[in-house]
Amino acid sequence: MDAIRLVEAAQLKKDRDRFGPGDTVRVHVKVVEAEKERTQVFEGIVIRKRGEGARASFTVRRISYGVGVERTFPLHSPRIERVEVVRKSRVRRSKLYYLRGLAGKAARLKEKRAVIVPTTTAEQ
Amino acid sequence: MARKEGLVGRKVGMTQVFGDDGSHVPVTVIEAGPCTILEIRRKDTHGYDALQVGFGSKKKNVTKPQAGQFKKANVAPMRVVREVRLEKTEKLQGYEVGQALTVEMFSPGELVDVVGVTKGKGFQGGVKRYGWYGGDATHGSMFHRAPGSIGASSDPSRVWPGHHLPGRMGGERRTTLNLSVVRVLPEQNLVLVRGAVPGANGSLVMIRKSVKLTKAQRQKAAEKK
Repeated sequence: MDAIRLVEAAQLKKDRDRFGPGDTVRVHVKVVEAEKERTQVFEGIVIRKRGEGARASFTVRRISYGVGVERTFPLHSPRIERVEVVRKSRVRRSKLYYLRGLAGKAARLKEKRAVIVPTTTAEQ
Repeated sequence: MARKEGLVGRKVGMTQVFGDDGSHVPVTVIEAGPCTILEIRRKDTHGYDALQVGFGSKKKNVTKPQAGQFKKANVAPMRVVREVRLEKTEKLQGYEVGQALTVEMFSPGELVDVVGVTKGKGFQGGVKRYGWYGGDATHGSMFHRAPGSIGASSDPSRVWPGHHLPGRMGGERRTTLNLSVVRVLPEQNLVLVRGAVPGANGSLVMIRKSVKLTKAQRQKAAEKK
């Protein structure tokens, strides 16, 4: 596997691991439209991160005009300019598929404070 | 028979690399060479033109006859000894015993063939082994994955040899043709080829320049005629 890692290492983007499931992110994606390149922003909640190395990907869910939209991005894709973390939330599982069945108020996640406090009592 | 320069190597595994436009390119990583030339076989002495090459190292279980062969080439005992057939005697020029062949013989964009032994699948039925369609699973069908008729009755009173029936599958030598080389890493002896190659990770493979002609080459050959 070492050779595989070596091959993948060159493609990894170092700034791409600062978010996790539950976080609200703004993904800046480069899109080509009629030979012109521009950046498109997709904002939503990260509901899944999977894979390792250069094969890792993540899925962002958002509600767009009342319709749930999910986009899966390769984590280290050169088409992604950057991933901006808007808000961090406290979640208790790594895959937030349950959000698909929820809407509105029920689909809210509790915000996590910027500094991670080791005990819950301190947070309260 | 394949008559192209090649290397013996090991299939490391698969991964993906990003293309210039951000697309995924599925690749198999092959650790190939360095292969030392142990003997050069010529048409006038052996009846055919080939390079005998060795790959990997081995300390134990070197038989005396083998040890003699390695000694003759003045190299340490090697694990795998294979022959690489070449088109004509002239192609042998430039090669000498003891010389190491490396992945530098391949360049990105080039087409290669990869030979390997497929993963053993054990005893399998005809649907998996030969791609039969099988019958309906439902709607009252009583024919699912069985072989069905295997021939006529009293004449010939036997099953024709070679008839497709369930049996051992996999573990056979197979060649994947025309895979393009995506990247070559000479320091690590690695070649990245696009797509899948036969065999399990870690298994022995042979990678050689493709034997099939490209369209442009075929046209050129036709024009010559």
